[in-house]
Amino acid sequence: MSSIISFENVHFTYPDDEMESLCGVDLQIEEGSFVTVLGHNGSGKSTLAKHMNAILTPTEGKVIVNGVDTSDDDRLLDIRRNVGMVFQNPDNQIVANVVEDDVAFAPENLGVPMNEIRQRVDEALKLVDMYEYRLHAPHLLSGGQKQRVAIAGVIAMKPKIIVLDEPTAMLDPRGRGEVISTITKLCRENGMTVVLITHHMDECIGADRLVVMSNGKIIADGKPAEVFSQVELMHSEGLDVPETTRLMYELNCEGMKLPLEALDVASCADAIAEALK
Amino acid sequence: MLKDITLGQYFPSNTAIHRLDPRTKIILVVVYIVALFQAKGWIGYGVVALGAISCMVISRIKPKTLFRGMKPLIFVIVLTGVLNIFYTTGTPVLPGWIITWEGIDRAARMILRIMLLVTGTFLLTYTTSPMALTDGLEILMNPLKKIKVPVHEMTIMMSMALRFIPTLIEETDKIMSAQKARGADFETGNLIQRAKALLPVLVPLFVSAFRRAEELAVAMESRCYHGGEGRTRMKQLVMGKNDYMAFGFSAVYLAAVIILKKFGL
Repeated sequence: MSSIISFENVHFTYPDDEMESLCGVDLQIEEGSFVTVLGHNGSGKSTLAKHMNAILTPTEGKVIVNGVDTSDDDRLLDIRRNVGMVFQNPDNQIVANVVEDDVAFAPENLGVPMNEIRQRVDEALKLVDMYEYRLHAPHLLSGGQKQRVAIAGVIAMKPKIIVLDEPTAMLDPRGRGEVISTITKLCRENGMTVVLITHHMDECIGADRLVVMSNGKIIADGKPAEVFSQVELMHSEGLDVPETTRLMYELNCEGMKLPLEALDVASCADAIAEALK
Repeated sequence: MLKDITLGQYFPSNTAIHRLDPRTKIILVVVYIVALFQAKGWIGYGVVALGAISCMVISRIKPKTLFRGMKPLIFVIVLTGVLNIFYTTGTPVLPGWIITWEGIDRAARMILRIMLLVTGTFLLTYTTSPMALTDGLEILMNPLKKIKVPVHEMTIMMSMALRFIPTLIEETDKIMSAQKARGADFETGNLIQRAKALLPVLVPLFVSAFRRAEELAVAMESRCYHGGEGRTRMKQLVMGKNDYMAFGFSAVYLAAVIILKKFGL
């Protein structure tokens, strides 16, 4: 598969800032994949996200999204209509007093004809399971519902890629579950490329690929199971690993020889049972 | 407590008035205000009031709701009444009094005028959703774009402001609760003391409003917002039979009030 987003040696420094926020990032994201980016506050993961739809452009290096260089000002709308971006605080990205009007905002900006907007709005709301709330006022919805409306708002642009910048940071566990299952569905059933920025390691388990960032650099990249099995590296960055991996890691420290790739409870139990035979 | 604010409140319903095009309603309110200021005698006022009352009945807005909305205006209404009673010359009610019959008559008319004025604008906001209202305004003011008035920018700011009223009210409540928990006192003391107590609420509220505005701007840009150029709408406004009928009624209405004025009624 071809890569739809590519970072080539990207450096970025915020104005009035001495430290580089991104220092030489190389990253290829394949079309249709589900990629999570994990890192602490200040690791540069949000900065990375904002480069994907040209809100920020690199001070050095190049970002190519869907074949377009993000520093090309004339193609700005081209880039943004293909990269839907969902942010942390649902309240600050909902623009209308009625759910369906909010979802219609992006297609209206793109000048889509009236009938087609209606159709796109209905489709988007059904995809995130919020169709029956289309006439509600957004401020009366729960956090998870608001965030799903925000996701519908970008799906209505019919983007190829959805970038979510810590979409669950302000939600309760139930809302988090709703959002994660919605975006997993979008990737698996609708073939969208999903980039999920997060600091919850449990949200990375279902992804195709996990990228770990620290101090503006990518320090680990691979399948979630592979990355989490580098337990010392994760701990030295102050990041957690799933409890199953941790259990097996600690058993290994006591002299057992377990594979660290099992991420769910059942396969972890199997691995331990196998080793005890 | 802050949740009771009825600023620009909308009561969703499906009456004939609610269904009117927002543009029609805005024009009707303007016609109504013109008629109100044309009215001279009590009969003229009666006709104007009749219009307002019938709209109220059709839209099923309860008089109680209207009066509750007028509460903050009581001061203005009373002041106007008092000034007019005392500062109008004419025949005294009792020999030697400052209060004149003319004064009472004029005060009553002024109070009625203010109340009718407020009723008209309230009926507009009670029966029209804020979004429809700003859409209607944008289209009505479209001709002003020719003389470089930033109509689209103005209306989008208005709709964003309306959108964020509930969010900011919620936030104010949160900040006040947080400060009450640390011993702040908003309920006792005189007006000045209470106003002073609000200052520490306003500072964090402003800071967060600016942060919100910045995030909102980025989110809007991410959704391809690039000004009013080339924008389409999901909900096109269409004038129907009812709208034309409403225009007919309002023309007759205004004419009636003006004719009554000619006869000094």
